[in-house]
Amino acid sequence: MRAAFERRRHLLDFAVASLLRRPAKNVGLIVVYALVVFLLASVMLFGTAVRREAAAVLDAAPEIAAQAMTMGRHDMSTAADVAALKGLRGVRRVEPRLWGYLWDSAGAANYTLKVPTAAEAGLTVGKGESIVGEGVARARKVSPGKMLFLVSPAGKFLRTKVKAVLPSTTALVSTDLVLVEEGDFRAFFELPPDVWTDVALTVTNPREVTTIAEKASVKLPGHRFVTRADMIRTTEALFSWREGLALALLGGALVAFAILAFDKASGLSAEERREIGILKAIGWETSDVILMKLWEGLLISLAAFLLGFAAAYAHVFLWSASLFEPVLKGWSTLYPRFPLTPEIDALELATLAVLTVVPYVAAIQVPIWRTATADPDVVMR
Amino acid sequence: MIFHPANLALVAASILTATVIVAAAIFALRLVRHWDLASGAERQIRLERVTYLVSTAVAFVLVVEAVTLVLFAFTADRMAALFVGAMCAVGTLNASVYGFPTLWAKIAVFFAASVWLVIDHVDNRGRDYPLIRVKYLGILLLAPLILAEAGLQLAYFLDLKADTITSCCGRLFGETSTGAGGEMASMDPTHALVLLFGGLAAIGLVGVAALRFRVARMLHGPASLAMFLAALAAIVSVIAPYVYEQPHHHCPFCILKPEYHHFGFALYLPLFLGTGAGLAAGVLALLPQRASLATAKPAIERRLVHTSLLGFALFGAIAAWAIATSGLTLFS
Repeated sequence: MRAAFERRRHLLDFAVASLLRRPAKNVGLIVVYALVVFLLASVMLFGTAVRREAAAVLDAAPEIAAQAMTMGRHDMSTAADVAALKGLRGVRRVEPRLWGYLWDSAGAANYTLKVPTAAEAGLTVGKGESIVGEGVARARKVSPGKMLFLVSPAGKFLRTKVKAVLPSTTALVSTDLVLVEEGDFRAFFELPPDVWTDVALTVTNPREVTTIAEKASVKLPGHRFVTRADMIRTTEALFSWREGLALALLGGALVAFAILAFDKASGLSAEERREIGILKAIGWETSDVILMKLWEGLLISLAAFLLGFAAAYAHVFLWSASLFEPVLKGWSTLYPRFPLTPEIDALELATLAVLTVVPYVAAIQVPIWRTATADPDVVMR
Repeated sequence: MIFHPANLALVAASILTATVIVAAAIFALRLVRHWDLASGAERQIRLERVTYLVSTAVAFVLVVEAVTLVLFAFTADRMAALFVGAMCAVGTLNASVYGFPTLWAKIAVFFAASVWLVIDHVDNRGRDYPLIRVKYLGILLLAPLILAEAGLQLAYFLDLKADTITSCCGRLFGETSTGAGGEMASMDPTHALVLLFGGLAAIGLVGVAALRFRVARMLHGPASLAMFLAALAAIVSVIAPYVYEQPHHHCPFCILKPEYHHFGFALYLPLFLGTGAGLAAGVLALLPQRASLATAKPAIERRLVHTSLLGFALFGAIAAWAIATSGLTLFS
């Protein structure tokens, strides 16, 4: 046991020494290898971080959102609908919500106008006041205390004093938000007093959500009921799919890299050939040479993997993944700027290793074998 | 749902392993037909040379298979968020008819692969390629298994649809559910514990005998496999409820989750090690004795039996520890 261990240790020693004897050849390979790891790792780290961000945001969403439908399109809910939902057992709170979209030609962007609900105690706004999202503040260059002017499609004018700017922690959903008082909202969009955009239901027992949604849809067949679990699933699926698609596109780079690794491993210098010839002449076996060369490959993989992963980590969490942001997040004028929470996931590391190290090791096997099985007298001649 | 990052990695790895094993199998056919150590013909020299490549490549494939088995289980767990009704790996695997067959195929490949690696190792110890035909016949057996696994996995990922409604582990491993999961879950805890610790005692006896007699070593292989199945039944029936401290939660996958400190790893790693080593010892003992391996083969067999016993002992100790420290009381 001990002898076998010692043998492997000496082979590893030899592999390190052999790598250090030819720095120029290996540095080039490591740089390209690290670049491949960097590209894939950036996509994966960023994808996971965005998914986590979205999940954190949805944690605060209501368990069920009820929307009235007319001819398959979204319609306003009435006071009668709200009253019907209030009678459901297991529902702790029924909150009619008011929100809508506004195209702002000055900022060339879409805003979401919303009236804060009773549950959002920290976000109360008085008449003539507003709280804006971080993106709106950026686009309209407003800060607390300044005035924000909005014009409705019908030409109505709304003048509000900015009370606060929302923090960037929830920027993924609040960046384009403008919170206004109910009276202002109804006057601005010319809405009658007893209609709402949709209704949020808070459920006491999370296990009852599906049943309650079913019961509610029997009571209000014209409504559509969207549960929070549905929304989480949808965002998770969407971002996973985008991430996977980006990775699949990078598959071309991976194949190119494997070809490069094959080529590099095949093209041995005369000196290396002689070295292997001498090793075999002094009694090394073919399997020893193969093992030593595989150690070399693994050391190169380790160096490149660490280098590429560290670079990707810095790229995603220090520089907000500036290279891939538009692909994975989607694009819009008011797109949020938010710092991603750094986190490394073991599953992600394993996936990355399977995607990069496995093709590399696979590609170098044939060249390694070819070198190791050559006859000493042929290569030394 | 093939465009999930981990699924892409798994599919890529399985395409690679399938390609390598097909190439190795084609070579194996040639070798089994033409191998003649006494011959000095060029064909024989070439065959001898290529065996080095095939050994390295197949060993590499088998390491990849072992890694992807773990990756597969974890990905299934992670993807539970994507399916209505799924709460852990069980729901994801249940979301398609190919889910559980893929997992079983992966486990089968893992054990077959560990046996093959051991035979390869023993063969390399002898100067005259003593087990080469067996080894390459082994590749011919391994190849369809790996191909089936790759096919099942691909079918599984292609078949996964986001709108599938699946059932959680409580349904599959519930006391009232039908099927193997329900059978195991509804097993009486006393019976399960007798099966587990009785089985461990039995395999201990076989193992001690196996250190001396070749016949017992032959027996140790199937005994390990039986122990593996008994251990799985015991995990579902009693050990898992003790870990969760909940009499009705029997899932063998949730114990891998961080909520339970990845406790499942501590259980499954020694169990797989013990079973793999035991199977390898059994198969090796069945192979004919060769002059060039007169001392090496029995020595390796004994070492494998040692490893196998160590694995099972560790598994038993960890299971006993989980039961002893649990806040749940099943027996009063």
